[in-house]
Amino acid sequence: MSLELENVVKLAHDGLTSSLPGWAAAAIEYVLVGVLLLALYCVLALILIFLERKICARFQCRLGPNRVGPWGSLQLIADMVKILLKEIVKISKSDKLLYYVAIFLAIIGSFCTFGALQFGKGLACIDFNVGIFYILAISSLGVIGILLAGWSSNNKYTLIGAMRSGAQLISYELSAGISILTMVILAGSLNISDIINGQENAWFIFQAPLPALIAFIIYLIAGHAETNRGPFDLPEAESELTAGYHTEYSGIQYGFFYLAEYLNMFIIAGVATTVFLGGWQPFHIHADWASGFNHVMDYIPSYIWFLGKAFSLVLLSLWVRWTFPRLRIDQLLHLEWKILMPISLLNMLVMAVWVLIF
Amino acid sequence: MSSEIFIVAFVTAIIMVIAAVVIGKLLAPTSTNAQKGEPYECGIPTKGTSWMQFKVGYYLFAILFLIFDVETVLLFPWASIMKSLGSIGLVSVLFFLFILVLGLAYAWKKGALEWK
Repeated sequence: MSLELENVVKLAHDGLTSSLPGWAAAAIEYVLVGVLLLALYCVLALILIFLERKICARFQCRLGPNRVGPWGSLQLIADMVKILLKEIVKISKSDKLLYYVAIFLAIIGSFCTFGALQFGKGLACIDFNVGIFYILAISSLGVIGILLAGWSSNNKYTLIGAMRSGAQLISYELSAGISILTMVILAGSLNISDIINGQENAWFIFQAPLPALIAFIIYLIAGHAETNRGPFDLPEAESELTAGYHTEYSGIQYGFFYLAEYLNMFIIAGVATTVFLGGWQPFHIHADWASGFNHVMDYIPSYIWFLGKAFSLVLLSLWVRWTFPRLRIDQLLHLEWKILMPISLLNMLVMAVWVLIF
Repeated sequence: MSSEIFIVAFVTAIIMVIAAVVIGKLLAPTSTNAQKGEPYECGIPTKGTSWMQFKVGYYLFAILFLIFDVETVLLFPWASIMKSLGSIGLVSVLFFLFILVLGLAYAWKKGALEWK
């Protein structure tokens, strides 16, 4: 398996530890990990924004960006430079400290969660023994960021947007958490490496088809709501609240909220991939006639598997976003508390019984 | 090892934000006047502050969230060793869940889940 990045990582680690004293090697490794994570974060954000613009255009029978570079692919670089060059408007009546802390919280929440995803075999950055719990915990920092952003801007639109967003995010976090809990029952571990290794023979969605499929659908709905997109975008309903909680942010500060939103979409897809669709594990058919097929599947590198699954879920999320009309807040809370919550609690018990029987 | 990498990710995120905001401040043009600092609401000057009372419904949902989120946290240790606990574990969790669902049913009946 020469295509795996695992060997490169091992080679770099061995090379560094053999040629340098321990502390220097560790320091260089930390810097490298930070830089690589940052690069991946930014590149994924660019790809996601490009996909969104192109696909949204096709849904609306437009062409989308097509002038700058081949198929408009350099448009993103132009946009990035433009957003750096935009004026940062100083607003006079805000709470300055909280106004800046909000940006940090939104970015830290998504970046630290991003680091916990495993992109391929042997490519684990943050690998706690309570990994999946850590993901749930640290990703809720974003809610605090959004609430602070809306509150500190001293604008009525941002306040309403932040309150709606807070109510929506905390409500849907419950069913997302319970769906993951359901899969933890099946996995028997909170460690992400263990969860992925447990899916070597069959992805979890095939190991317990009924409860896992229900949990998967609930997680996708709840996760989609947590990214403030699609039919659940009432925190930033542009016809009512201009831009919701980030109305008062401008220039690169606005860019960070935008970045965090897109990356959260990828993180939701990544977590769903890890927990339900086997992470970077290839697809196998357990039958005698399928050994050739399994060999071909094994030959595809693990990071391609992960990114492929995650991007399929991202495309699904884009499709949903451009298909359904926006919900009202009472419908939104009704959907969560009266439909998704009871179903996910019941589903958790079904999974527990399933694990006991099979 | 992992907790160090977590600190690395944390610091990287902070450095990224600071660096980009500083670059933005250096590169971007600035001009100020009294109207520019006003809240972006509508054409006429804003009346009063926005830090005021808001709907109590949000508070109710926050309280309900707190209850069920703590419940989820309590269930995580059970879920990770569910396989080895067997049916005893399931039955004891059923009692725990029953009390909680009773709470949800009470809130539902009282109309706390309605958005009015």
